Amino acid sequence: MLELHSLTIHEIRDMLRAGQICSKDILDSVYSRIEALDDKIGAYLTLTKEEAYEAAAIIDKKIAEGEKLGDLAGIPMAIKDNISTKGVKTTCASKMLENYVPPFDAHAYEKLKEAGAILIGKTNLDEFAMGSSTENSAFKITRNPWDLERVPGGSSGGSAAAVASDEAYFALGSDTGGSIRQPASLCGVVGFKPTYGAVSRYGLVAFGSSFDQIGPFTKDVEDCAILLNHLYGHDKKDSTSLNVEFGDFTEALNKDIKGMRIGLPEEYFGEGIDPEVKKLVLDGVKVLEGLGAHVEEISLPYSKYALPVYYIAASAEASSNLARYDGVRYGYRAKDYSSLEELYVNSRSEGFGEEVKLRIMLGTYTLSSGYYDAYYNKALKVRRLIKQEFEEAFEKYDVLISPTSPTTAFKIGERTDDQLAMYMSDICTVPINIAGIPAISVPCGLSKGLPVGMQIMSKSLGEASIIKVAHAFEQNTNFTKKKPTL
Amino acid sequence: MNYETIIGLEIHAELSTKTKAFCNCKNEFGGEVNTNCCPVCMGYPGALPVLNKKVVEYAVKAGLALGCEISLYSKTDRKNYFYPDLPKAYQISQYDTPLCKNGKIKIEVDGKEKYIGITRIHIEEDAGKLIHGTESEDYSLVDFNRSGVPLIEIVSEPDIRSPLEARLYLEKLKGILEYLEISDCKMQEGSLRCDANISIRPVGQKEFGTKTEIKNMNSMKALQRALEYEEERHKKVLSEGGTIVQETRRWDEAKGITVSMRTKEQAHDYRYFPEPDLVPIILTEEWIEGIKKDLPELPDEKRKRFVREYGIPDYDASVLTLTKELSDFFETCAKGHKNPKAISNWVMGEVLRIMKEKELELKDLRIKPEFLRKLVDLVDEGVLSSTGAKQVFEEMFKTGEEPESLVDKLGLRQISDEGAIVELVKKVLSENQKSVEDYKNGKTNALGYLVGQCMKASKGKGNPQIINKILKDLLS
Ligand SMILES: [Zn+2]
Repeated sequence: MLELHSLTIHEIRDMLRAGQICSKDILDSVYSRIEALDDKIGAYLTLTKEEAYEAAAIIDKKIAEGEKLGDLAGIPMAIKDNISTKGVKTTCASKMLENYVPPFDAHAYEKLKEAGAILIGKTNLDEFAMGSSTENSAFKITRNPWDLERVPGGSSGGSAAAVASDEAYFALGSDTGGSIRQPASLCGVVGFKPTYGAVSRYGLVAFGSSFDQIGPFTKDVEDCAILLNHLYGHDKKDSTSLNVEFGDFTEALNKDIKGMRIGLPEEYFGEGIDPEVKKLVLDGVKVLEGLGAHVEEISLPYSKYALPVYYIAASAEASSNLARYDGVRYGYRAKDYSSLEELYVNSRSEGFGEEVKLRIMLGTYTLSSGYYDAYYNKALKVRRLIKQEFEEAFEKYDVLISPTSPTTAFKIGERTDDQLAMYMSDICTVPINIAGIPAISVPCGLSKGLPVGMQIMSKSLGEASIIKVAHAFEQNTNFTKKKPTL
Repeated sequence: MNYETIIGLEIHAELSTKTKAFCNCKNEFGGEVNTNCCPVCMGYPGALPVLNKKVVEYAVKAGLALGCEISLYSKTDRKNYFYPDLPKAYQISQYDTPLCKNGKIKIEVDGKEKYIGITRIHIEEDAGKLIHGTESEDYSLVDFNRSGVPLIEIVSEPDIRSPLEARLYLEKLKGILEYLEISDCKMQEGSLRCDANISIRPVGQKEFGTKTEIKNMNSMKALQRALEYEEERHKKVLSEGGTIVQETRRWDEAKGITVSMRTKEQAHDYRYFPEPDLVPIILTEEWIEGIKKDLPELPDEKRKRFVREYGIPDYDASVLTLTKELSDFFETCAKGHKNPKAISNWVMGEVLRIMKEKELELKDLRIKPEFLRKLVDLVDEGVLSSTGAKQVFEEMFKTGEEPESLVDKLGLRQISDEGAIVELVKKVLSENQKSVEDYKNGKTNALGYLVGQCMKASKGKGNPQIINKILKDLLS
């Protein structure tokens, strides 16, 4: 018999409803898994065991009394540690916020909690979500469950590793330039980056405000659709939140994809893409073609400017977003200072890690008077062109498909001294954030024992098309069922 | 050499919306420290701003009242700088797309009308307040009650040519904002703040001279004094062959001087960029029309109406309409009254005098409008002499009592009964035959003496007009 911890949301939900298990059993399964494995993997920064069992007891009582249950009742969830959880430390994996406890919940967390999901812990990340390997965490390294010598990707590496190792049934991450999809790809799980504005950013500690989106890590596409139903929705506390009817994403499951139009942007299969990664993605596309989809190669020439646009615009926003960590009100304050300026300089110099400081400096520079037009303003212009290019492509195609990450998981330490190589990890994912469109990463095979992810993108609010294609792919392959040996 | 002074003003007015600009916290002056604040206005990680629509409405009202073009599209921007009272380390403001632009204000200098251009009006948020410990307490505390309170910044063109004009401009602007009921405009409490740019140039020269920016002027008087000081300082520096340094200077009210705060080199680079947490402000012509239709009567219109409706001189109307409070006071007194000019005289004379003397605001005055109406009636009916009326006014101010009872309390009721006065006058005439002769022989000033005797005989309570009339009758 399968162990409880290896099941999906929809499987365990059915068992709970059928009375085969109770909420406490589910928690037991996941916490014993964490206790057995997390010393090795390092997915979690904080566990909320006590509160979780209290919540489970309430749900079990409801079950016993025959009360109506929320859709996610009793399902444990892990949350990236840059998403605010009231009363539970939210550190952003930074010394700066090492002891910060938010006085409010992020909207996304609130919605899942309302549906009955139970927080089991907060997961590791690159400090303030800046990085592609989770090596920039101020507190610990997270290891890839498929190979403990390798990174899980980043910045939501803890969330990806937790789901891949069955230390969580699902997890929330945040995606600014690929921070959900790239680690999902490297850890062999499903990761979804929603249309910008579909999920409220309220309570997500801001990095690049016009790029950031919260999204789920799941074990399969069906779970992903279930979670999107709960995460999506208007929030009046976030002015950029979309006020539209999103519909039921589970209706896109088990659908025929015959006649769907798929575009393969050649720029995403070119230089820098590992040949085996490319082959596995193209094999996956063949599966879809076999199901009746029309596949064509297309070109998105502006995508090659995506990386510089991203590093200018997101860093500019970050330099402003992270200015509030000044040691005055909360967070880290330097011990030694003799003036206000020294309080600022010392607190920030000591409280932030290298990558964060690098991006703050980059962003500050590009916004400085005399440089604004050459950098920030130009980046905004190119951003519009990239967006437009995608819009035009989606007039012809329902979805576009590419590799999620150009390579499989790399070794810990391998790219820490090579900034550019690290940044290249996001080359296929960054354009999606620039355009604000949605994309999924689904497992499409193993290369030398390491997972490879296929990225499926659609136009803004075209999530149903993505779910349709991804689910059809999953149903006709067995890649999401593959588990690392631990 | 003759110099010309060039002044431009930047006014910040706190908007009196119920809630703050980007959160639901109460927008209230005073109150216990750090009670009107929340994660948004304290800049907690992950908290997001949501624009209060009333802020846009109020700012557009100001724009329309000042004859501005209203932008159908504008956006907010972040102004980045570090200071402990600024919790996000940026202020949400508007940089290159102000909500309103190209307006003007009419002022009157030495009886001549003059327009001062308004470059722009934009919306932004206020910062918190630092409370510094005493010398032995080596710390400062922050109160965030004011953090996120909505402001409009009103920037004038460099059209102002003297410190007096600057003051007149600010007075007029303050009046308009008060009429619109969008700001308390209290300079002492900081809900109206004024910074000034000033430079001088030789008369006839086209280019502007180097300017200095003056801060910390907390009253109308301070504004004028600071600019007069700075104007003289510029002249002195230039006449001695020196050069003006472009810098920001602080007005020291106690010492009556300006002091350097920072030079141009030390100026901030605010690194403005579009606020990604807010969406653009899109307005429609219809919405703006709606606001325009609902604009209240403004000072210039009211002034014209006062002249028309109450028949008072234009000068009176200009003084009475300067502040909304005063104009309301006058109108409550004058509405339906048969002698508005007398009321105007009282308001412009005694009421303003006593407010100035006692440093009081109109609302703190115990003299109610209906009391002043009654006072004028009593004079008009001959019950009170004008000197008696002044005594009653003083007493009303002190006690808050109504005038009619005060007349008797103070024993000021005039004798206006003609029968009684005829008797009295006859008696005086019989006792002063010499003066009667003199008068009849053409010494007209003898009449004055006789009036005085009659007043004396009435113990000061006889109505002088009636005495005059009866005297003349009996002597003719
Ligand atoms: Zn607030």
